[in-house]
This record gives sequence, structure tokens and C-alpha cells, in this order.
Amino acid sequence: MQYVNQPVMKKDAMALVTGQPVFMDDLAPADCLIVKLLRSPHANAMIEEIRTDAAMRIPGIEAIYTWKDVPQQRFTLAGQTYPEPSPYDRLILDRHVRFVGDPVAIVAGTTEKAVDRALKIIKVKYQVLEPVLDFHTAKDNPVLVHPEESWKSLCPVGADNKRNLCAADFSEEGDLDSVLSDCDLVVEGTYHTKANQQAMMETFRTCCYLDTYGRLNILSSTQIIFHVRRIVSNALGIPKSKIRVSKPRIGGGFGAKQTAVCEIYPAFVTWMTKKPSKIIFSREESQIASSPRHEMEVKVRIGAMNDGKIRAIDVYTLSNTGAYGEHGPTTVGLSGHKSISLYRNLEAYRFAYDVVYTNEMSAGAYRGYGATQGLFAVETTVNKLAARLHMDPVKLREQNMVREGDEMPSYYHETATSCALDRCLSRAKEMIGWDEKFPCRDMGNGKVRSVGVAMSMQGSGISGVDVGSATIKLNDDGIYTLMIGAADMGTGCDTTLAQVAAECLDCSLDDITVFSADTDLSPYDSGSYASSTAYITGGAVVKACEKLREKITQKGAELLGYSASDAEFDGKEVFCNATGASVSLTDIAIRSMAGNHEALQVTEANSSPTSPPPFMVGMVEIELDKETGSIDILDYVGVVDCGTPLNPNLARVQTEGGIAQGIGMALYEDIQYTPKGQLMNNSFMQYKIPSRMDVGRIRVELESSYEQSGPFGAKSIGEVVINTPSPALVHAVANATGLWIDELPITAEKIAMGLLEHEN
Amino acid sequence: MMIKLNLNGKPVTADVAEDSLLIDFLRDHGCYSVKRGCETSNCGLCTVFLDGKPVLSCSLLTVRTDGKSVQTLEGLQEEAAEFGAFIARQGAEQCGFCNPGMIMNAIAMFRENPDPTDEEIMEYLAGNLCRCSGYEGQLRGIRAFLDYKKSKGETSVCNM
Ligand code: FES
Ligand code: FES
Repeated sequence: MQYVNQPVMKKDAMALVTGQPVFMDDLAPADCLIVKLLRSPHANAMIEEIRTDAAMRIPGIEAIYTWKDVPQQRFTLAGQTYPEPSPYDRLILDRHVRFVGDPVAIVAGTTEKAVDRALKIIKVKYQVLEPVLDFHTAKDNPVLVHPEESWKSLCPVGADNKRNLCAADFSEEGDLDSVLSDCDLVVEGTYHTKANQQAMMETFRTCCYLDTYGRLNILSSTQIIFHVRRIVSNALGIPKSKIRVSKPRIGGGFGAKQTAVCEIYPAFVTWMTKKPSKIIFSREESQIASSPRHEMEVKVRIGAMNDGKIRAIDVYTLSNTGAYGEHGPTTVGLSGHKSISLYRNLEAYRFAYDVVYTNEMSAGAYRGYGATQGLFAVETTVNKLAARLHMDPVKLREQNMVREGDEMPSYYHETATSCALDRCLSRAKEMIGWDEKFPCRDMGNGKVRSVGVAMSMQGSGISGVDVGSATIKLNDDGIYTLMIGAADMGTGCDTTLAQVAAECLDCSLDDITVFSADTDLSPYDSGSYASSTAYITGGAVVKACEKLREKITQKGAELLGYSASDAEFDGKEVFCNATGASVSLTDIAIRSMAGNHEALQVTEANSSPTSPPPFMVGMVEIELDKETGSIDILDYVGVVDCGTPLNPNLARVQTEGGIAQGIGMALYEDIQYTPKGQLMNNSFMQYKIPSRMDVGRIRVELESSYEQSGPFGAKSIGEVVINTPSPALVHAVANATGLWIDELPITAEKIAMGLLEHEN
Repeated sequence: MMIKLNLNGKPVTADVAEDSLLIDFLRDHGCYSVKRGCETSNCGLCTVFLDGKPVLSCSLLTVRTDGKSVQTLEGLQEEAAEFGAFIARQGAEQCGFCNPGMIMNAIAMFRENPDPTDEEIMEYLAGNLCRCSGYEGQLRGIRAFLDYKKSKGETSVCNM
């Protein structure tokens, strides 16, 4: 193939490396009002009184809004297909504030200084209420996070605001209890993961202005332009026809920007004042009031025989959605469906969950979307099982892991139509030198070197739900414009989708101009999330290009005076095989602009009944200091099956980046609250994302399967890559010390204290 | 307070507030490559040159640049494009938001140490956070750039 599966440079690369002004705040109108939020200092409180008169008198202050000024219809900020599974539990501003950081007032002014001063002198009297801060006690707690009657759940997800429940469900197959009681051994564990922050380098930000027609234009750093249009319409109570949403380059998303965290505030300001406005979250706001990973406690039981046959898996997940329910009902499902399904021929499985409200920051979508938490729990339990059986954990997996052609009962009974997990495992083993290094080597200086392993799977879009579309049109000179609604957030999808188009149209990559994404101009796309873009939108690009080829052939044949069945298109010209007559693409394009009745433009949509999983194996070698408990990563190998990689360079860098982010979650990134519900890790000083000194060396290889239903055999890559570090590192620590760390992050302190306890 | 500085080769006279931070001053003067990623001097996105040495513009008062020369990526377009292409060939520019700061600091490193080891590179750039790339691709890009420079027989990589 000429373009697909080639390591071409991203189309926006040179603009990015030379620092061109392509991000939201580089493009915002210069006269934007500055919008900031006054935030609640209490985890649960009612606003009794709020006085803004003194603040309003500050020169430069344009407007201050409180709960009294906003529409009273509840909505969700979750970027999901309507009707959203996430409950409608938000107002733009609410009298009832539900976590430390919940917005209390919106302040807009001409200068940042004026706005900062105003924020300081707004007077608020709170009636402070008892908060729910421990998610174990949230369900059926007498304190309700959402006691209000106007709370509403649109989908049957088991939500009940009178029980602090955002969702609950249960699924099983086979007779779990009897299979477990028949097993030679049952290994159990309870695991705790934190509300990690995506910490993309560009914080949340949006600017708004009215256009010629009085429509609200929203330029936002978002992954979900079409969902933002609906969300703003719901929040402001204005018709969608009055709203246009577009995105510039995005400085990272990782799912954070699959929630409309900041858009509604400047949208409200601009709609009310008719003036342009912008909001730029500080890093602190991005840390304390955004859309992090759901904190989860996952209980796992695995039943097996002495020969290593795994027969049953039981998973129960308790998920903390925080003060609001964005992505609460959906993330949790992946903690079971994408972990249990790694193991084949189970005689029984059970997966149950509760998602609870608490008075902490609400959670959202973060790369991995629940699978990360579930895989940490299940993969660690599998590693414990291997230890109990005195079996090599790689052998245990070889014996039990899912293979191509298997039906996966716990994955909606979908079939693993493409799966190179077995090859990923054997290659990873070779790369790290597993057989020589497992389980550990004492280096004789108080240091131990050990290895750990984990597997991972994800999906490629949401089956039967996600929609991707593409419009492709022919312009003068035979060049094309590809219009999409998917959001390139650094992932490179503008380029990879252009590669697909160039391959289909037999043209040069430079002949494809990509336009994304704008609700007025792009064809509908659910947005870039759920690992959907390569597979779902990529499929739409293939369809659209094939149709356009037909139309070009038709037009060319018409110009030559033949019927289309006698003509062929090779990307440069339409020709008749029999006679040798031909007309060039350029001429066809030019002729399509005079006396033409048929637009040389096609829009196609695509959706998929299945969500073919990409697979991955991660292996790590660490050196652990038994004195201090500190860990150095010596080597991390990741081998991924993403089907055909559309662009091997980008697939590789995605994998390296995902592994580094996963290492951050495993080793460094902690979330701690004060007893009053204030988040302590509110800056990069306290929330330590890995620097290049902290991730060791990462080595990545791709072991491709071929997914028939995907564009040129492609599946997804974006999310599967973040899941292995936590279980692999916990495993390596156990192999070095015998200690199993069940709560992330794995800190030196936990290891050192654990070893001390061991000794005593 | 009135200050005079040289910004990307051009003399600039400006009346700035005493508490004005250099990052805001630079963005107000059209240097949009300068990005902010934190408020705690942890991310390195805001790196610029003050008299040729890399500094964090988020932690520097604008008045401190009085009588000095400030360079941003806008003033180093040629070097940025030459070196940046090696990052781009790896696909390691990703979202690009951290790129200007990292590229500024890398240019500073090349000037100080034209032949760094991997360890020296990682140490020099330790303060430049990137959430997308996992750093490996950046390292490959830097290595490829250095190899290319060596093969051309250029030792001092970026002449001022
Ligand atoms: S903005 Fe983060 S170090 Fe300057
Ligand atoms: S490329 Fe996105 S933060 Fe570095």
C-alpha cells in the first residue's frame, strides 16, 4: 500500500513544531471578556445569600451571574450519544453546591485583574451540610448528593438519586457459585484505583462570540463538537440552530475533553452580554474541578484448577462518580467486559457494579474508560493465581487467553475476529528476556531486579452507537477536500484519515486537504472517543471515497461518450480500456464546474455492530531498592495488535505515550482529600506526572492481525495502550518482594512499610 | 514602568505593570508559541531565551527583561523548522502544545553541548513535561538530528 501503513509525517506537524498560533487561545478575538468562576470552599452546602453588588462596581466588570440567573433545566456535560446514559443532574449554577470547587458564580470582565478582584469580594453565606466523602458508605447514605426532584435519568441504567446511585447492574453466565466451589483453588483480591487526572498540557478552554446572524459561535478545545452543541443548547435553553461549535488544534485530550467541562460558562456570558468571551482554566482548576478517571474499588475472584485451567471469574466494581454523573453509568461496564473477556472458555462469570455519588469532584472519561481499573484488578489476580500455583504467569496466560475466532460471552458475545494476542505475548517475552529474568535476581547490593507482565484489550468504537462520517469532494486541478467531524487531539487522525483517502483515490497525500471539525460544515460524527476514529470514521472515509470514485468514473465516461461500465479510473484519468480514449482528473474537475448537474462530492456515514478489540501485552523490568522501597524502571516493552496500523509511527508514539501515562498512574499520580473534602493534589507540584527521567526506557513493537471489518484491516490504538503498566508493575514488585500492592499508586513508602511489616 | 528590550531581534519599548509576567507580555506581543501549562514552574512549556539562556517566562517579571534580549520560537523559526522536522518524522510532535518549550530548551542544549549522550539529553530536558509522547519519540528525533548534523560535519549545531 502506498499510504496506509506508511510512517508519513502528520499534516500539521511543521505548524506545531514551529509554534504557529493554532490553539484556541492563540485564535481567540483580542477583545474577549475574561470569564472566571467563583468556586465553593465546601463539599456540600446550600447558598443562603450571595452579594455581588460591591464586585459589580469594580471598573471593568461586565457581568456576574449566580444561581438565580440561570435556566432551571437539568442536563449532563457528558459527551455521549443522545439519550445520554449519564443522568441529567447539572445546572449551570446551582444553589446546592456539591464538592469543593463547584461553581458558585460566573464573573466576566474586561481584564483579568478586575475579574480576580471581583472574585475576592463576592460575599457568599453558606449553610454547610454534612458531606458524603467515603464512597464505600455512599449507597443508601441518609445524606443525598442529589435530593432534588428535578434530577433525571434518561436511560435504564439502574440510577436512583434517592439512594446516591448513578447506576447499578448485574450480568452473569453459568452457575458461578457452583463452578467456584468445584475449583481446586479460588484466588481473591480487592483493588483500589484513584481519580487520576488526564493532565493534558493544554488545560480546558473555550471562547465564544456571536456571528453575523446572531448565532453563538463556540471555539473550543473539545473532542466532541456535536455533543457540545446539544449540551450548550440544553444548558442555555436555546435552539441548536443558534449554536455553532468548532475546534482548533487541541493540546491533548485523553478523554478529558469528552466532557463539556468549561464551554457552558463563556457560552452563557456571550449569549447574555452579546460580547465575545473566553474561559481558560488554570492548572489548579483543571486538577480540582474537571473530569478525571473514576475512582474504583474492584473485587475479583478467580477459580482455577491445579493444572492452571481458569474456570470462572467474578468481578464486582464500586465506582465513585463524584458529585455529578458524567460517564458514570458507562465507564464502569468496561471494568468487567474488557477484563473478564481476556480469558477464554470460562464456565461461568459474573459482573456486578454500583456507581455512587459522593461530594468529591465528578469524574469523566479518561483513556481506558474503566477498562484500565478492571484490568489492573483482574490481571493482578491472575498473577496472584500463577504465584499460588507456582506456575509461570506467561504460561498460565498462554493456556487461558482469548484466541482468534473465540466467542467472548462477557464481551456482548462478540467474536474475536482478529486477535494476535498470542503473538504479542511471545514477542514481548522474547524482547524482555522473560525466561532468564523471571521472577527476580538479587543484585547483592540491597537491590533486586524483577519482571512483571499484564495483558490488555479495549474496543474500537461503541457497537451499534458510534457514528462516523466523511465528506469528500473534488476541486479544481483534481485535488480533494476531506471533511470530517472527528477530532484530532494530537493523535494524528486528520493525517491517518487522509492516508486512507489517498489510498482509496490513488492520489498523493498532498492532494487531500483535511477539514475538521465544525458543526456547521462537518458531516455528523459522534466525536473522537471510545477508540472509534480509525475504525468507525476510517470506515466512513473508505465508503465515501469509493462512491466518489464511481462518480468520477461516471463523469469521465460521460465526457468521453461511453457508459461508465466501459470506463475505469486510475486516480489520474478516466479511460476506456477498449479504445484507449481518456480524460484527465483535472479536466473532469474543471468540467464539473460548468454545465454540470451532478456534484462530485459524497458524504457517507459508518457505524459498526461490533467493536473489535485491539490487544496488547506489557512487560516490565524494574530494580527495587529494598532499603528505601524505591523503584527504577529499567525496561518496558509493549507489543500491540491494533490490526493494520494506519500509520506505524503514530501507532508507536501513541503506545509509548500511553505506557508513560500508565506508569504515571501506577507509580506517581495520587489523589488525596482532606477530611473536609478538599483535593490536595491540585498542581503539578503535588500531582506528579512522569518526566522523562521517570519512565525508564520504553520499547514498542506492533504485531498486527487483520480486522476484516475495519478500514484496510485497522482496529483502534488510542486506549488499549494505557492499561498494562499498573498490573505489570504491581507484579514486578511482588516478584521482587513478595508484597502485593492492591492500592495505586505504588509508592516507595508502601513498599518500604510493607517490607518492614514483613520482617516483624 | 517603562522598559526597553530586544524581542526577537527588534527593539521594543513598553510600559508594563510591575507584576506583569513575561509569559503574558510575550503573548500580548504576538509571541503565541509561548504556552502556559501550570502555575508552579513545573512544566517547561513557557521556556524562552533571556540573553540566550533558557528561562521559564511564567516565573519571570517582565521588568527584569529591561535592557536585555528575549527570544521566543518566533525568532528562531529556521532552527525550529530544521530540528522540528526530525521530531515530526517520528510522529513525536503529537498534540504540539509542549513542543515550543521543548524545542527552545533543546536548541539551548545543542548550543551548550553539541554531542550529548542519551542521559545528558534526558537530564537537560527533564523539566519539559509532555503528556502525549512518552518521550521516546522525542529522544529518537533528537538523536536523528544529531546524527544528521554530525554526518554533515557540523559540530556547533545552532549558531546564534
Ligand atoms: S508555565 Fe509551567 S513552567 Fe512555566
Ligand atoms: S505533544 Fe502533547 S504534551 Fe507533548
